[in-house]
Amino acid sequence: MSALVELADVTCTYGGAPVLLDVNLDVAPGSLTGVVGPSGSGKTSLLRVLLGSLRPVAGRVARRDGLRVAYVPQVETVSWSFPVTVAECVLMSRTTGRRLPWASKAERVQLDDVLWRLGIGELADRHIRALSGGQQQRVFLARALFAEPELLLLDEPTSGVDVATRHDVLHLLGDLNAGGLTILLTTHDLNGIAAHLPSIVCLNRSVIAAGAPAAVLRPDVLERTYGAPMQVLEHGGMPVVVDSFESRRS
Amino acid sequence: MGELLHPYEFEFFRNAVWVATLAGALCALVGVYVVLRGMSYIGHGLSHAIFGGYAASAVMGVNLVAGASVWGVLCAISITSITRRRVIGSDAAIGVITTASFAFGLALLAIFGEQAGSFDNLLFGSILGVAVSDVWLVAGALVFSALVVFLFWRPLLFTTFDPEVAEVSGVRVGLVDAVLMLALSLSILLTMQVLGVTLVAATLVIPPTVARMLTSSFTKMLWLSTLIGAVSGFVGMNLSYHLDIQSGPTIVLVGTALFLTVFLVTGRRGLGRVAGLAH
Repeated sequence: MSALVELADVTCTYGGAPVLLDVNLDVAPGSLTGVVGPSGSGKTSLLRVLLGSLRPVAGRVARRDGLRVAYVPQVETVSWSFPVTVAECVLMSRTTGRRLPWASKAERVQLDDVLWRLGIGELADRHIRALSGGQQQRVFLARALFAEPELLLLDEPTSGVDVATRHDVLHLLGDLNAGGLTILLTTHDLNGIAAHLPSIVCLNRSVIAAGAPAAVLRPDVLERTYGAPMQVLEHGGMPVVVDSFESRRS
Repeated sequence: MGELLHPYEFEFFRNAVWVATLAGALCALVGVYVVLRGMSYIGHGLSHAIFGGYAASAVMGVNLVAGASVWGVLCAISITSITRRRVIGSDAAIGVITTASFAFGLALLAIFGEQAGSFDNLLFGSILGVAVSDVWLVAGALVFSALVVFLFWRPLLFTTFDPEVAEVSGVRVGLVDAVLMLALSLSILLTMQVLGVTLVAATLVIPPTVARMLTSSFTKMLWLSTLIGAVSGFVGMNLSYHLDIQSGPTIVLVGTALFLTVFLVTGRRGLGRVAGLAH
Protein backbone atom coordinates (compact mmCIF):
# COMPACT_ATOMS: atom_id res chain seq x y z
CA MET A 1 0.00 0.00 0.00
CA SER A 2 1.24 3.51 -0.73
CA ALA A 3 2.35 5.89 2.04
CA LEU A 4 -0.12 8.21 3.80
CA VAL A 5 2.43 11.01 3.61
CA GLU A 6 5.60 10.91 1.59
CA LEU A 7 8.45 13.41 1.99
CA ALA A 8 11.02 13.53 -0.81
CA ASP A 9 14.19 15.65 -0.36
CA VAL A 10 12.30 18.10 1.87
CA THR A 11 14.20 21.18 3.05
CA CYS A 12 12.66 23.73 5.44
CA THR A 13 13.85 26.97 6.98
CA TYR A 14 12.40 29.62 9.27
CA GLY A 15 14.35 32.24 7.36
CA GLY A 16 17.88 31.26 8.42
CA ALA A 17 19.80 27.98 8.21
CA PRO A 18 17.67 24.98 7.22
CA VAL A 19 15.97 23.20 10.13
CA LEU A 20 15.33 20.20 7.88
CA LEU A 21 17.68 19.27 5.04
CA ASP A 22 16.88 16.77 2.26
CA VAL A 23 14.55 14.72 4.45
CA ASN A 24 13.12 11.55 2.93
CA LEU A 25 10.41 9.81 4.89
CA ASP A 26 7.42 7.60 4.14
CA VAL A 27 4.63 7.32 6.68
CA ALA A 28 3.27 3.88 5.85
CA PRO A 29 -0.35 3.00 6.72
CA GLY A 30 -0.54 1.12 10.02
CA SER A 31 2.94 2.12 11.14
CA LEU A 32 3.93 3.21 14.66
CA THR A 33 7.03 5.34 14.45
CA GLY A 34 9.10 7.30 16.94
CA VAL A 35 11.23 10.22 15.78
CA VAL A 36 14.28 10.76 18.00
CA GLY A 37 17.03 13.34 17.96
CA PRO A 38 18.64 16.03 20.11
CA SER A 39 16.97 19.37 20.91
CA GLY A 40 16.86 21.53 17.81
CA SER A 41 17.20 18.55 15.47
CA GLY A 42 13.95 19.44 13.67
CA LYS A 43 11.56 16.97 15.32
CA THR A 44 8.74 19.46 15.82
CA SER A 45 9.39 20.99 12.38
CA LEU A 46 9.04 17.53 10.85
CA LEU A 47 5.65 17.17 12.54
CA ARG A 48 4.63 20.56 11.20
CA VAL A 49 5.58 19.50 7.67
CA LEU A 50 3.51 16.32 8.04
CA LEU A 51 0.61 18.43 9.35
CA GLY A 52 0.95 20.84 6.46
CA SER A 53 1.49 23.95 8.60
CA LEU A 54 5.14 24.30 7.54
CA ARG A 55 5.81 24.45 3.80
CA PRO A 56 9.15 23.19 2.51
CA VAL A 57 11.37 25.54 0.49
CA ALA A 58 12.57 22.57 -1.55
CA GLY A 59 11.45 18.99 -2.07
CA ARG A 60 8.03 17.44 -2.31
CA VAL A 61 5.34 16.49 0.19
CA ALA A 62 2.71 14.07 -1.11
CA ARG A 63 -0.29 13.56 1.17
CA ARG A 64 -2.97 11.02 0.39
CA ASP A 65 -6.14 12.73 -0.80
CA GLY A 66 -8.53 13.61 2.02
CA LEU A 67 -6.19 12.29 4.70
CA ARG A 68 -7.50 13.06 8.20
CA VAL A 69 -4.65 14.03 10.51
CA ALA A 70 -4.95 14.80 14.22
CA TYR A 71 -2.32 16.36 16.41
CA VAL A 72 -1.57 16.11 20.13
CA PRO A 73 0.53 19.12 21.20
CA GLN A 74 3.07 19.09 24.00
CA VAL A 75 1.18 19.59 27.25
CA GLU A 76 3.56 22.44 28.11
CA THR A 77 2.07 24.51 25.27
CA VAL A 78 -1.55 24.26 26.47
CA SER A 79 -3.12 27.27 28.24
CA TRP A 80 -4.44 25.50 31.33
CA SER A 81 -6.40 28.42 32.76
CA PHE A 82 -8.70 28.50 29.71
CA PRO A 83 -12.27 27.81 30.85
CA VAL A 84 -13.06 24.46 29.24
CA THR A 85 -14.17 21.22 30.79
CA VAL A 86 -12.83 17.88 29.56
CA ALA A 87 -15.99 17.27 27.50
CA GLU A 88 -15.92 20.77 25.94
CA CYS A 89 -12.26 20.33 25.07
CA VAL A 90 -12.78 16.98 23.33
CA LEU A 91 -15.94 18.08 21.47
CA MET A 92 -14.30 21.13 19.89
CA SER A 93 -12.10 18.99 17.65
CA ARG A 94 -14.94 17.81 15.43
CA THR A 95 -15.43 20.95 13.40
CA THR A 96 -16.78 19.59 10.16
CA GLY A 97 -20.37 18.56 9.63
CA ARG A 98 -22.30 19.51 12.75
CA ARG A 99 -22.89 23.24 13.28
CA LEU A 100 -24.82 23.25 16.52
CA PRO A 101 -22.98 24.04 19.76
CA TRP A 102 -24.17 21.03 21.73
CA ALA A 103 -23.26 17.41 21.03
CA SER A 104 -25.65 15.18 19.10
CA LYS A 105 -26.86 11.96 20.66
CA ALA A 106 -24.39 9.97 18.55
CA GLU A 107 -21.57 12.32 19.53
CA ARG A 108 -22.35 11.97 23.22
CA VAL A 109 -22.08 8.20 22.88
CA GLN A 110 -18.78 8.55 21.00
CA LEU A 111 -17.50 11.07 23.55
CA ASP A 112 -18.34 8.73 26.41
CA ASP A 113 -16.74 5.87 24.53
CA VAL A 114 -13.44 7.64 23.89
CA LEU A 115 -13.22 9.03 27.46
CA TRP A 116 -13.83 5.64 29.07
CA ARG A 117 -11.43 3.98 26.67
CA LEU A 118 -8.71 6.36 27.84
CA GLY A 119 -9.67 5.89 31.50
CA ILE A 120 -10.98 9.44 32.06
CA GLY A 121 -14.69 8.67 31.71
CA GLU A 122 -15.65 10.03 35.11
CA LEU A 123 -13.84 13.34 34.53
CA ALA A 124 -15.99 14.72 31.68
CA ASP A 125 -17.24 17.75 33.65
CA ARG A 126 -13.95 18.62 35.32
CA HIS A 127 -11.98 21.71 34.35
CA ILE A 128 -8.82 20.73 32.44
CA ARG A 129 -6.54 22.19 35.08
CA ALA A 130 -8.09 20.07 37.82
CA LEU A 131 -6.42 16.90 36.47
CA SER A 132 -3.16 15.05 36.97
CA GLY A 133 -0.42 15.23 34.33
CA GLY A 134 -1.31 11.84 32.90
CA GLN A 135 -5.01 12.68 32.76
CA GLN A 136 -4.25 15.96 31.00
CA GLN A 137 -2.23 14.07 28.39
CA ARG A 138 -5.19 11.74 27.85
CA VAL A 139 -7.63 14.62 27.37
CA PHE A 140 -5.65 15.87 24.41
CA LEU A 141 -5.26 12.35 23.08
CA ALA A 142 -9.05 12.00 23.40
CA ARG A 143 -9.55 15.29 21.56
CA ALA A 144 -7.38 14.03 18.69
CA LEU A 145 -9.12 10.63 18.54
CA PHE A 146 -12.55 12.25 18.59
CA ALA A 147 -11.73 13.83 15.21
CA GLU A 148 -11.50 10.24 13.87
CA PRO A 149 -8.06 10.58 12.29
CA GLU A 150 -6.25 8.13 10.04
CA LEU A 151 -2.89 9.55 11.07
CA LEU A 152 -2.13 10.62 14.65
CA LEU A 153 0.86 12.86 15.34
CA LEU A 154 2.10 13.45 18.90
CA ASP A 155 4.76 15.91 20.04
CA GLU A 156 6.67 14.53 23.04
CA PRO A 157 3.65 12.71 24.49
CA THR A 158 5.54 11.58 27.58
CA SER A 159 7.47 14.69 28.55
CA GLY A 160 6.77 15.69 32.12
CA VAL A 161 4.80 12.57 33.10
CA ASP A 162 5.79 9.86 35.58
CA VAL A 163 6.93 6.33 34.73
CA ALA A 164 3.52 4.70 35.29
CA THR A 165 1.81 7.21 32.99
CA ARG A 166 4.53 6.73 30.39
CA HIS A 167 3.81 2.98 30.37
CA ASP A 168 0.07 3.65 30.12
CA VAL A 169 0.50 6.04 27.21
CA LEU A 170 2.78 3.58 25.44
CA HIS A 171 0.29 0.73 25.87
CA LEU A 172 -2.56 2.92 24.73
CA LEU A 173 -0.72 3.93 21.58
CA GLY A 174 0.11 0.28 20.95
CA ASP A 175 -3.56 -0.67 21.25
CA LEU A 176 -4.67 2.16 18.96
CA ASN A 177 -2.06 1.13 16.43
CA ALA A 178 -3.21 -2.49 16.64
CA GLY A 179 -6.68 -1.15 15.82
CA GLY A 180 -5.35 0.23 12.54
CA LEU A 181 -4.41 3.82 13.45
CA THR A 182 -1.15 5.10 11.96
CA ILE A 183 0.91 6.90 14.62
CA LEU A 184 4.04 9.02 14.52
CA LEU A 185 5.45 10.64 17.63
CA THR A 186 8.53 12.56 18.64
CA THR A 187 10.37 11.67 21.83
CA HIS A 188 13.61 12.41 23.61
CA ASP A 189 13.22 9.21 25.62
CA LEU A 190 15.30 6.55 23.86
CA ASN A 191 14.97 3.75 26.39
CA GLY A 192 11.53 4.43 27.87
CA ILE A 193 9.72 4.99 24.58
CA ALA A 194 11.69 4.68 21.36
CA ALA A 195 13.17 1.23 22.07
CA HIS A 196 9.63 -0.15 22.58
CA LEU A 197 8.30 1.07 19.23
CA PRO A 198 8.38 -1.07 16.08
CA SER A 199 10.12 1.63 14.10
CA ILE A 200 12.45 4.54 14.82
CA VAL A 201 13.64 7.52 12.76
CA CYS A 202 16.88 9.15 13.91
CA LEU A 203 16.77 12.81 12.94
CA ASN A 204 19.35 15.53 13.03
CA ARG A 205 18.19 17.97 10.35
CA SER A 206 18.38 15.00 7.94
CA VAL A 207 17.28 11.42 8.51
CA ILE A 208 20.37 9.66 9.85
CA ALA A 209 18.76 6.21 9.96
CA ALA A 210 15.32 4.63 10.00
CA GLY A 211 14.15 1.13 10.87
CA ALA A 212 13.53 -1.28 13.74
CA PRO A 213 15.17 -0.46 17.12
CA ALA A 214 17.67 -3.30 16.87
CA ALA A 215 18.84 -2.02 13.49
CA VAL A 216 18.89 1.67 14.33
CA LEU A 217 19.98 1.89 17.98
CA ARG A 218 23.67 1.37 17.20
CA PRO A 219 26.59 3.41 18.58
CA ASP A 220 27.61 4.78 15.17
CA VAL A 221 24.08 5.90 14.25
CA LEU A 222 23.50 7.45 17.69
CA GLU A 223 26.79 9.30 17.61
CA ARG A 224 25.93 10.78 14.24
CA THR A 225 22.44 11.71 15.51
CA TYR A 226 23.40 13.18 18.88
CA GLY A 227 26.94 14.32 18.13
CA ALA A 228 28.15 12.51 21.24
CA PRO A 229 29.44 8.97 21.74
CA MET A 230 26.89 6.52 23.18
CA GLN A 231 26.94 2.86 24.05
CA VAL A 232 24.23 0.32 23.42
CA LEU A 233 23.85 -2.52 25.93
CA GLU A 234 21.38 -5.34 25.81
CA HIS A 235 18.97 -6.10 28.60
CA GLY A 236 16.36 -8.86 28.28
CA GLY A 237 16.58 -8.74 24.49
CA MET A 238 16.01 -4.95 24.41
CA PRO A 239 18.63 -2.41 23.40
CA VAL A 240 19.51 0.03 26.21
CA VAL A 241 21.30 3.24 25.30
CA VAL A 242 23.75 4.73 27.81
CA ASP A 243 26.04 7.75 27.67
CA SER A 244 29.60 6.83 26.91
CA PHE A 245 31.33 8.59 29.81
CA GLU A 246 34.76 7.13 29.11
CA SER A 247 34.98 8.68 25.67
CA ARG A 248 33.77 12.00 27.07
CA ARG A 249 36.56 12.09 29.58
CA SER A 250 39.25 11.58 26.96
CA MET B 1 -41.61 53.45 42.91
CA GLY B 2 -43.16 56.30 40.99
CA GLU B 3 -39.86 58.13 41.24
CA LEU B 4 -38.02 55.11 39.79
CA LEU B 5 -40.41 54.83 36.85
CA HIS B 6 -40.61 58.55 36.21
CA PRO B 7 -37.90 58.73 33.49
CA TYR B 8 -39.72 56.04 31.49
CA GLU B 9 -42.24 58.69 30.50
CA PHE B 10 -39.64 60.01 28.07
CA GLU B 11 -39.25 58.15 24.81
CA PHE B 12 -35.55 58.96 24.55
CA PHE B 13 -34.96 57.37 27.97
CA ARG B 14 -36.88 54.20 27.10
CA ASN B 15 -34.79 53.93 23.93
CA ALA B 16 -31.60 54.60 25.86
CA VAL B 17 -32.39 51.87 28.41
CA TRP B 18 -33.03 49.42 25.58
CA VAL B 19 -29.80 50.35 23.82
CA ALA B 20 -27.74 50.19 27.04
CA THR B 21 -29.15 46.78 28.01
CA LEU B 22 -28.83 45.23 24.54
CA ALA B 23 -25.41 46.80 23.90
CA GLY B 24 -24.23 45.61 27.32
CA ALA B 25 -25.27 42.06 26.44
CA LEU B 26 -23.73 42.34 22.96
CA CYS B 27 -20.33 43.60 24.10
CA ALA B 28 -20.22 41.09 26.96
CA LEU B 29 -20.95 38.19 24.57
CA VAL B 30 -18.28 39.16 22.02
CA GLY B 31 -15.99 40.21 24.88
CA VAL B 32 -15.71 36.61 26.09
CA TYR B 33 -13.66 35.79 22.99
CA VAL B 34 -11.74 39.06 23.22
CA VAL B 35 -10.71 38.38 26.81
CA LEU B 36 -9.92 34.69 26.27
CA ARG B 37 -7.76 35.52 23.25
CA GLY B 38 -5.80 37.97 25.36
CA MET B 39 -6.88 40.84 23.11
CA SER B 40 -8.49 43.12 25.73
CA TYR B 41 -6.41 45.97 24.43
CA ILE B 42 -7.86 45.51 20.93
CA GLY B 43 -11.30 46.66 22.15
CA HIS B 44 -9.79 49.84 23.47
CA GLY B 45 -7.81 50.33 20.27
CA LEU B 46 -10.64 49.50 17.89
CA SER B 47 -13.02 51.99 19.46
CA HIS B 48 -10.45 54.70 18.74
CA ALA B 49 -9.86 53.35 15.24
CA ILE B 50 -13.57 53.34 14.45
CA PHE B 51 -13.75 56.99 15.47
CA GLY B 52 -11.48 57.69 12.46
CA GLY B 53 -13.84 55.78 10.22
CA TYR B 54 -16.80 57.68 11.60
CA ALA B 55 -15.16 61.00 10.84
CA ALA B 56 -14.12 59.90 7.35
CA SER B 57 -17.64 58.65 6.53
CA ALA B 58 -19.18 61.90 7.72
CA VAL B 59 -16.81 63.93 5.56
CA MET B 60 -17.35 61.75 2.49
CA GLY B 61 -21.10 61.73 3.00
CA VAL B 62 -21.22 57.93 3.31
CA ASN B 63 -23.68 56.22 5.70
CA LEU B 64 -21.98 56.55 9.09
CA VAL B 65 -22.69 53.07 10.40
CA ALA B 66 -21.73 51.33 7.15
CA GLY B 67 -18.60 53.42 6.61
CA ALA B 68 -17.36 53.11 10.17
CA SER B 69 -17.96 49.36 10.34
CA VAL B 70 -16.06 48.74 7.08
CA TRP B 71 -13.26 50.89 8.49
CA GLY B 72 -13.29 49.03 11.80
CA VAL B 73 -13.21 45.60 10.16
CA LEU B 74 -10.31 46.67 7.92
CA CYS B 75 -8.38 47.91 10.96
CA ALA B 76 -9.17 44.73 12.91
CA ILE B 77 -8.15 42.45 10.05
CA SER B 78 -4.90 44.32 9.44
CA ILE B 79 -4.07 44.08 13.16
CA THR B 80 -4.79 40.35 13.17
CA SER B 81 -2.79 39.62 10.04
CA ILE B 82 0.20 41.75 11.09
CA THR B 83 0.20 39.99 14.45
CA ARG B 84 -0.17 36.54 12.89
CA ARG B 85 2.75 37.11 10.53
CA ARG B 86 4.75 38.35 13.50
CA VAL B 87 6.02 41.40 11.64
CA ILE B 88 5.75 43.30 14.90
CA GLY B 89 4.19 42.41 18.24
CA SER B 90 0.39 42.67 18.62
CA ASP B 91 0.59 45.49 21.18
CA ALA B 92 2.70 47.55 18.78
CA ALA B 93 0.44 46.70 15.81
CA ILE B 94 -2.68 47.76 17.71
CA GLY B 95 -0.94 50.88 19.00
CA VAL B 96 0.18 52.04 15.56
CA ILE B 97 -2.95 51.27 13.54
CA THR B 98 -5.57 52.45 16.01
CA THR B 99 -3.94 55.64 17.25
CA ALA B 100 -3.13 56.60 13.64
CA SER B 101 -6.78 56.09 12.76
CA PHE B 102 -7.94 58.09 15.81
CA ALA B 103 -5.56 60.93 14.93
CA PHE B 104 -6.80 60.84 11.35
CA GLY B 105 -10.36 61.24 12.63
CA LEU B 106 -9.37 64.19 14.84
CA ALA B 107 -7.57 65.83 11.91
CA LEU B 108 -10.64 65.44 9.67
CA LEU B 109 -12.72 66.90 12.48
CA ALA B 110 -10.42 69.91 12.72
CA ILE B 111 -10.60 70.55 8.95
CA PHE B 112 -14.31 69.85 8.40
CA GLY B 113 -15.51 70.71 11.90
CA GLU B 114 -19.15 71.62 11.24
CA GLN B 115 -20.46 68.44 12.92
CA ALA B 116 -18.33 68.90 16.02
CA GLY B 117 -21.29 68.49 18.38
CA SER B 118 -22.05 64.90 17.44
CA PHE B 119 -18.34 64.00 17.52
CA ASP B 120 -18.13 65.22 21.12
CA ASN B 121 -20.96 62.87 21.98
CA LEU B 122 -19.08 60.06 20.26
CA LEU B 123 -16.07 60.62 22.48
CA PHE B 124 -17.94 60.61 25.77
CA GLY B 125 -21.34 59.10 25.03
CA SER B 126 -24.81 60.62 25.09
CA ILE B 127 -28.30 59.26 25.55
CA LEU B 128 -30.21 62.28 24.35
CA GLY B 129 -30.13 61.44 20.68
CA VAL B 130 -31.02 57.73 20.96
CA ALA B 131 -33.80 56.95 18.46
CA VAL B 132 -35.94 53.85 17.98
CA SER B 133 -33.85 53.03 14.90
CA ASP B 134 -30.74 52.80 17.15
CA VAL B 135 -32.52 50.26 19.34
CA TRP B 136 -33.23 48.14 16.28
CA LEU B 137 -29.64 48.45 15.05
CA VAL B 138 -28.22 47.22 18.36
CA ALA B 139 -30.82 44.45 18.52
CA GLY B 140 -29.82 43.43 14.97
CA ALA B 141 -26.14 43.37 15.92
CA LEU B 142 -26.94 41.25 18.99
CA VAL B 143 -28.87 38.75 16.85
CA PHE B 144 -26.01 38.70 14.32
CA SER B 145 -23.37 38.11 17.01
CA ALA B 146 -25.47 35.44 18.71
CA LEU B 147 -25.83 33.70 15.35
CA VAL B 148 -22.07 33.88 14.78
CA VAL B 149 -21.44 32.36 18.22
CA PHE B 150 -24.10 29.72 17.59
CA LEU B 151 -23.06 28.68 14.07
CA PHE B 152 -19.29 28.94 14.60
CA TRP B 153 -19.36 27.51 18.14
CA ARG B 154 -16.71 24.83 17.79
CA PRO B 155 -14.39 26.58 15.29
CA LEU B 156 -14.52 29.77 17.42
CA LEU B 157 -13.79 27.87 20.61
CA PHE B 158 -11.04 25.82 18.97
CA THR B 159 -9.27 28.85 17.42
CA THR B 160 -9.57 30.78 20.67
CA PHE B 161 -8.19 27.95 22.79
CA ASP B 162 -5.57 26.50 20.48
CA PRO B 163 -5.18 28.39 17.15
CA GLU B 164 -2.28 26.37 15.79
CA VAL B 165 -3.85 22.97 16.38
CA ALA B 166 -7.18 24.30 15.08
CA GLU B 167 -5.54 25.31 11.82
CA VAL B 168 -3.89 21.95 11.23
CA SER B 169 -7.15 20.22 12.17
CA GLY B 170 -8.84 21.83 9.18
CA VAL B 171 -10.45 24.91 10.78
CA ARG B 172 -10.43 27.95 8.47
CA VAL B 173 -8.83 30.19 11.06
CA GLY B 174 -8.70 33.26 8.77
CA LEU B 175 -12.44 33.12 8.12
CA VAL B 176 -13.30 32.55 11.77
CA ASP B 177 -11.08 35.49 12.83
CA ALA B 178 -12.65 37.76 10.19
CA VAL B 179 -16.20 36.91 11.28
CA LEU B 180 -15.32 37.53 14.93
CA MET B 181 -13.70 40.84 14.04
CA LEU B 182 -16.83 41.87 12.13
CA ALA B 183 -18.99 41.11 15.18
CA LEU B 184 -16.53 42.96 17.41
CA SER B 185 -16.42 46.04 15.18
CA LEU B 186 -20.21 46.17 14.97
CA SER B 187 -20.51 45.84 18.75
CA ILE B 188 -18.08 48.66 19.41
CA LEU B 189 -19.57 50.91 16.77
CA LEU B 190 -23.14 50.61 18.02
CA THR B 191 -22.22 50.84 21.68
CA MET B 192 -20.05 53.90 21.19
CA GLN B 193 -23.13 56.10 20.97
CA VAL B 194 -24.21 55.52 24.58
CA LEU B 195 -20.84 54.86 26.16
CA GLY B 196 -18.46 56.94 24.15
CA VAL B 197 -15.18 55.93 22.48
CA THR B 198 -13.25 56.14 25.71
CA LEU B 199 -15.34 53.70 27.76
CA VAL B 200 -16.50 51.03 25.28
CA ALA B 201 -13.56 48.77 26.06
CA ALA B 202 -14.76 48.36 29.65
CA THR B 203 -18.02 46.73 28.54
CA LEU B 204 -16.01 44.21 26.49
CA VAL B 205 -13.70 43.27 29.34
CA ILE B 206 -15.47 43.59 32.71
CA PRO B 207 -18.44 41.16 32.24
CA PRO B 208 -16.32 38.26 30.84
CA THR B 209 -13.77 38.72 33.61
CA VAL B 210 -16.49 38.64 36.29
CA ALA B 211 -18.05 35.57 34.61
CA ARG B 212 -14.69 33.79 34.50
CA MET B 213 -14.27 34.34 38.24
CA LEU B 214 -17.58 32.53 38.75
CA THR B 215 -17.15 29.52 36.45
CA SER B 216 -14.65 27.28 34.70
CA SER B 217 -17.06 26.11 32.00
CA PHE B 218 -16.96 27.89 28.66
CA THR B 219 -20.70 27.59 28.02
CA LYS B 220 -21.60 28.96 31.45
CA MET B 221 -19.08 31.77 31.04
CA LEU B 222 -20.80 32.90 27.80
CA TRP B 223 -24.26 32.97 29.40
CA LEU B 224 -23.10 34.61 32.62
CA SER B 225 -21.07 37.25 30.83
CA THR B 226 -23.98 38.21 28.56
CA LEU B 227 -26.31 38.44 31.56
CA ILE B 228 -23.85 40.54 33.58
CA GLY B 229 -23.38 42.87 30.60
CA ALA B 230 -27.13 43.35 30.18
CA VAL B 231 -27.68 43.98 33.91
CA SER B 232 -24.81 46.50 34.04
CA GLY B 233 -26.28 48.36 31.06
CA PHE B 234 -29.80 48.39 32.48
CA VAL B 235 -28.89 49.35 36.06
CA GLY B 236 -26.24 51.80 34.89
CA MET B 237 -28.60 53.66 32.59
CA ASN B 238 -31.25 54.00 35.30
CA LEU B 239 -28.71 55.16 37.90
CA SER B 240 -27.32 57.60 35.38
CA TYR B 241 -30.67 59.39 35.26
CA HIS B 242 -31.25 59.47 39.00
CA LEU B 243 -27.70 60.44 39.97
CA ASP B 244 -27.38 62.83 37.04
CA ILE B 245 -24.06 61.35 35.89
CA GLN B 246 -23.24 60.60 32.23
CA SER B 247 -24.43 57.16 31.10
CA GLY B 248 -20.96 55.86 30.04
CA PRO B 249 -19.22 56.28 33.40
CA THR B 250 -22.27 55.03 35.33
CA ILE B 251 -22.55 51.80 33.31
CA VAL B 252 -18.83 51.13 33.68
CA LEU B 253 -18.95 51.85 37.41
CA VAL B 254 -21.85 49.42 37.88
CA GLY B 255 -19.73 46.76 36.14
CA THR B 256 -16.81 47.64 38.37
CA ALA B 257 -18.99 47.32 41.47
CA LEU B 258 -20.08 43.85 40.28
CA PHE B 259 -16.45 42.93 39.71
CA LEU B 260 -15.47 44.00 43.23
CA THR B 261 -18.44 42.18 44.78
CA VAL B 262 -17.64 38.92 42.98
CA PHE B 263 -13.98 39.37 43.81
CA LEU B 264 -14.80 39.68 47.51
CA VAL B 265 -17.12 36.66 47.40
CA THR B 266 -14.94 34.28 45.36
CA GLY B 267 -11.67 35.58 46.81
CA ARG B 268 -8.50 33.77 45.93
CA ARG B 269 -10.28 31.08 43.89
CA GLY B 270 -11.84 33.62 41.52
CA LEU B 271 -8.59 35.49 41.23
CA GLY B 272 -6.75 32.27 40.40
CA ARG B 273 -9.17 31.66 37.54
CA VAL B 274 -8.59 35.03 35.90
CA ALA B 275 -4.86 35.14 36.68
CA GLY B 276 -3.87 33.35 33.50
CA LEU B 277 -6.70 34.49 31.23
CA ALA B 278 -4.53 35.91 28.48
CA HIS B 279 -2.28 33.21 27.16
